[in-house]
Amino acid sequence: MQSTSCPECEATITVQNDAVIGEIAPCPECGLEFEIVSKDPLKLDEAPEIEEDWGE
Amino acid sequence: MRVGLLHSRVRVEEKLLLDELRALGADVDWIDVREVILDLHHPEPWQQYDVVFDRCLSHSQSLAIATILDTWNIPCVNHVSVNRICGDKVETSARLVAAGVPTIPVRVAVSDESALAAIEATGYPAVLKPPVGSWGRLLAKVNDRESAEAIVEHKLSMGSVGHGIFYIQPYIEKGGADIRTFVIGNETICGIRRRSGHWITNTARGATAEKCQITEAIGDISVRAAQAVGGGMLAIDLFETGDGQLLVNEVNASMEFRNSSQPTGVNIPQRMAEFVLHTAEQGVIR
Repeated sequence: MQSTSCPECEATITVQNDAVIGEIAPCPECGLEFEIVSKDPLKLDEAPEIEEDWGE
Repeated sequence: MRVGLLHSRVRVEEKLLLDELRALGADVDWIDVREVILDLHHPEPWQQYDVVFDRCLSHSQSLAIATILDTWNIPCVNHVSVNRICGDKVETSARLVAAGVPTIPVRVAVSDESALAAIEATGYPAVLKPPVGSWGRLLAKVNDRESAEAIVEHKLSMGSVGHGIFYIQPYIEKGGADIRTFVIGNETICGIRRRSGHWITNTARGATAEKCQITEAIGDISVRAAQAVGGGMLAIDLFETGDGQLLVNEVNASMEFRNSSQPTGVNIPQRMAEFVLHTAEQGVIR
């Protein structure tokens, strides 16, 4: 497992080793959603907002 | 077999699908929709794929890309015409009605005055849905004339042209649950019953899932609904009324299944992966 700090609240966000770029990692404390943009080193960016036409 | 897996967010579903495609021997490329550039005069970068599996979250982005792939004769699952129909509730309902598939009655209106008249004709409670959208978002249960006037006014001020198309259904009492079936090709492979104390029974809104036995009637109406929109891999939402009648509520072309494999005991992503590879073998079918 890898971890990094939440850019918003500095809590620790942990991601599994099999996580992939593009996957969403929520912060366990503030609840914000982040997207994994790099695995080595682990980097997170704010996840895109859900758009009106998103869905099934 | 080379598969392009077109995605927005990578969800549990996409990871399971990737695993199943690879288990079947496919060579899979992740394609992030945000990085895609399609040069209409140069299909070559995309011709390496035997099939593109469209798991894009955005309906409009999906249509833009799949339309171009279709002109290049690159198979895409689901076919762009199916995604176009299923991404728009007006189109879906029109196809279901035209095919004689039992469905919830729908009125469509395109102005505030006609919308109010259509809601009144439908009766209360009525349900308003945006034609494009999913996960139970922006649905409105309209209990009386005053609510109808407010909701119509609010929708028209939302700034998106789509909200000026009013899709109106009667509220159907479904006993706190609906049925979600999964159709692949011409087979209803499994189904769940989604229960919720809320009138919106999407699992995205917290409904719980339990196995639904696929009776002959449930299997039949599901396949008929899938065929009415062009067929492929489709999730059908059914309402069962108090007198046991089955009605199709919605047809979803980019199905989510994370809550469904476990209760049904069916490996849904495996069946989907098999269908994708089968489509690649068949090529573009119009």
